[in-house]
Amino acid sequence: MKSIYQKFLAFIIFTPLTAIADWGLNMTQGVTPISKEIYDMHMLTLWVVTIIGILVFGVMFWSIFHHRKSKGAKAAKFSHSTTVEIIWTIVPTAIIISLAIPATGLLIRMDDTSEAKITIKATGIQWKWKYDYLDEDITLYSSLDAKSQEVAQRDSGQNPMEHENYLLDVDEPLVVPVNTKLRILTTAEDVIHAWWVPELGWKRDAIPGFINDNWAVIEEPGTYRGNCTEICGKGHGYMPIVVKAVSMEDYETWVDDKKALKLAALESQNKILTMDESMAEGEKVYKKQCLMCHQANGEGVPGAFPALAGSEIALKKENTLEHLYRIIYGKNLMPKFGDQLSDVEIAAVTTYERNAWGNNTGDLIQPKEVAEARKNQTK
Amino acid sequence: MSALAKDTHHDHDHKPTGLKRWFFSTNHKDIGTLYLIFALTMFFVGGAMAMIIRAELFQPGLQFVDPQFYNSMVTIHALVMIFGAVMPAGVGLANWMIPLMIGAPDMALPRMNNMSFWILPFAFALLLSTIFMQGGGPAGGWTMYPPLVLQTGDAFPFLIFAVHFLGISSIMGAINIIATVFNMRAPGMSLMQMPLFVWTWVITSFLLIASLPVLAGAVTMLLTDKYFGTSFFSAAGGGDPVLFQHIFWFFGHPEVYILALPAFGIVSSIIPTFSRKPLFGYASMVYATASIAILSFFVWAHHMFTVGLPIKGELFFMYATMLIAVPTGVKVFNWMATMWKGSMTFETPMLFAVAFVILFTIGGFSGLMLGITPVDFQYHDTYFVVAHFHYVLLTGAVFALMAAVYYWLPKWTGHMYDERLGKIHFWLSTISANVLFFPQHFLGLAGMPRRIPDYNIQFADFNMISSIGGFAYGVTQLLFIYIVIKCALGGKKAKAVSWEGAKGLEWTVPSPAPFHTFETPPKIRKEMLENG
Repeated sequence: MKSIYQKFLAFIIFTPLTAIADWGLNMTQGVTPISKEIYDMHMLTLWVVTIIGILVFGVMFWSIFHHRKSKGAKAAKFSHSTTVEIIWTIVPTAIIISLAIPATGLLIRMDDTSEAKITIKATGIQWKWKYDYLDEDITLYSSLDAKSQEVAQRDSGQNPMEHENYLLDVDEPLVVPVNTKLRILTTAEDVIHAWWVPELGWKRDAIPGFINDNWAVIEEPGTYRGNCTEICGKGHGYMPIVVKAVSMEDYETWVDDKKALKLAALESQNKILTMDESMAEGEKVYKKQCLMCHQANGEGVPGAFPALAGSEIALKKENTLEHLYRIIYGKNLMPKFGDQLSDVEIAAVTTYERNAWGNNTGDLIQPKEVAEARKNQTK
Repeated sequence: MSALAKDTHHDHDHKPTGLKRWFFSTNHKDIGTLYLIFALTMFFVGGAMAMIIRAELFQPGLQFVDPQFYNSMVTIHALVMIFGAVMPAGVGLANWMIPLMIGAPDMALPRMNNMSFWILPFAFALLLSTIFMQGGGPAGGWTMYPPLVLQTGDAFPFLIFAVHFLGISSIMGAINIIATVFNMRAPGMSLMQMPLFVWTWVITSFLLIASLPVLAGAVTMLLTDKYFGTSFFSAAGGGDPVLFQHIFWFFGHPEVYILALPAFGIVSSIIPTFSRKPLFGYASMVYATASIAILSFFVWAHHMFTVGLPIKGELFFMYATMLIAVPTGVKVFNWMATMWKGSMTFETPMLFAVAFVILFTIGGFSGLMLGITPVDFQYHDTYFVVAHFHYVLLTGAVFALMAAVYYWLPKWTGHMYDERLGKIHFWLSTISANVLFFPQHFLGLAGMPRRIPDYNIQFADFNMISSIGGFAYGVTQLLFIYIVIKCALGGKKAKAVSWEGAKGLEWTVPSPAPFHTFETPPKIRKEMLENG
């Protein structure tokens, strides 16, 4: 409680002193030509309504101060005037038309996704983003960073104030080149999400079964952060978006590295894991992918997310394959992890789930079995 | 039959007693009172949920509740406030005041009136019981967008049937109001002589009848999607999740005016009274209200600019939305012109009414900003939107309802409320509501999405201020209860015409209004009408 009190005190004392700009009072100008136009449109409208407000409320307050009974005001009798009614219909109409014209032009410019150099598909999944670079055959998953996840737990005992990018950081950002027209498609696997980076000037819903397209040309290198903006379940506040804009050369290097990593991952399929390795790797994967629903103690949430600790599927030998299928292909609310986890990771997390929280089966799953399970299933 | 009629004629103030009076009531005043008490109760239930939300958002980090429970609070808070507090409060006022304002002995369909009220407690028992169910209450937002809402656990059918019941209740209320106004006006009172409150309620009733069946259809499709294998809203089965949004907002936008129009009516009664001057531009007020209502059916997609509408659609809905500013502006200008050169006093109802005009207009300004499609891509689903609709609904609709309660409390109870406490209640409410909601504009512009239980540290300061405002507003409303109860139990005797400048048939009956009024229709003289 002390920290709240101190904060409050600091707030009272320093608010007038600290630069208002630090407070994030206004919309960002962003880093694309469109986002700057949007900012200008926002400011134009804001000024228009502010001036209307000052005029209208000014007249009203003048009346409130002068036409009061305590000042001896006698009530006039008038109650109608066609002339003023016409005036205050036409003037607002004219103001609205003058706002609608620039807005229309801007909207039409925003709509043109043609001639994009790079196309990226952003897929919302409860609760992470998947990015497919459609021209490069690169896929990456972007989830909340480990530090934020830790701090965000209730009673974590950690102060979010010490974590600058709390809830706005991911394990793997979207990397894009600057000064290049990017076409960003949005869609989703499970429920509706929305992809928003304020610096790019727009947000767009990611809808399962449908694809929306948008574009952006980022003019300044940098890291830009945003969130999912459509409520998508309990992890809605925990699926940030991070875009790293780099020079074209850096982007191309990154693409090459990504492709090399992908090859390496393919080769690791033949790896034989030891129990210790599996448990360590499995715990890591579990914390990142499974913990949010099945909980740290493997007990799940009654009525919503089933327990793994002591469950049939994690304990019985004959259910091993079914266990793998669940992870690879998902079931009901359980998303499919086959695309985003490697054989090694799936093998490790399966081993972990079969041996943690008192599930001491001793089962050790190898990447090979995962590769088999991927083939066998025809679902 | 004749014996019964004779009996009621003998004793004008004969009323049933005990449970029978309230459960079986067909009296518009008793049912109005039930509605108002119910609405006030729900205002506190929904308010308690808002307190939980603001407590969790007081600081970054999760302190009090889990994200799932937080989401269910966000969802149920909205449903309770809209369907449980603001709408029933409006219907309660309509019940009490419309017969008194048009010189009718009661509502046209008194038994249906009873039923439309008594559905409400059951509907909310269904809805609120879900909080204690396995898997928790509905947590996908009050808009119930699929596919997320289909992930709701045991609470799902309860949510759907609660919405059905609420819809049925409101439709019955609306039919009753229309039947009453069109058939039971005192001879000599033409439609264009009715108080604006009656007009706004007639128009609201048509909105209810036109829009609520659409909602019922939408939630029924959700129900069959979940339990009967249909795929209305599932792309995998040939449906479209966005279709739900179109249907929902075809209801949802008129719903916004269902909440706001009666507020316009209330304010249009109060401002002339305390300005001691007739309402300016009565006819244009009626036409503006009707225009707003009609336009409200053509703007629904402005709630869903980001779903990826075709550009022609986005342009159409942008223009239609901006157009609403015109009739709304006309109303605000008319209220100002009513005050202009009046002889104003500022008792609590007037204070709330003037605050309504200003703060509702601020909500209207942010509404105009939100209506501009390209910029909405930034505002959409952020705290800017939260600030916008709370200005329109809390400092708008709820402030007008508060004004109405203060204005007509003397007529209902026969006592004047404590003016000093009323003023304190007003100032605390106004200040705290602005501390609560104004910073949320900044939060939204700075990039804070709505419906999140936790946030980045850059949003910490404004959230803390907002929460402080929220707690202050919450505590202040306890004072309101105290004032109302104190007034019901006693106080300065109220005169029949409780306010110096008050006009209208409701002020021609004694205070408190007897159990039965206008059993013989009043003779209408122009000078006793609000709008002669």
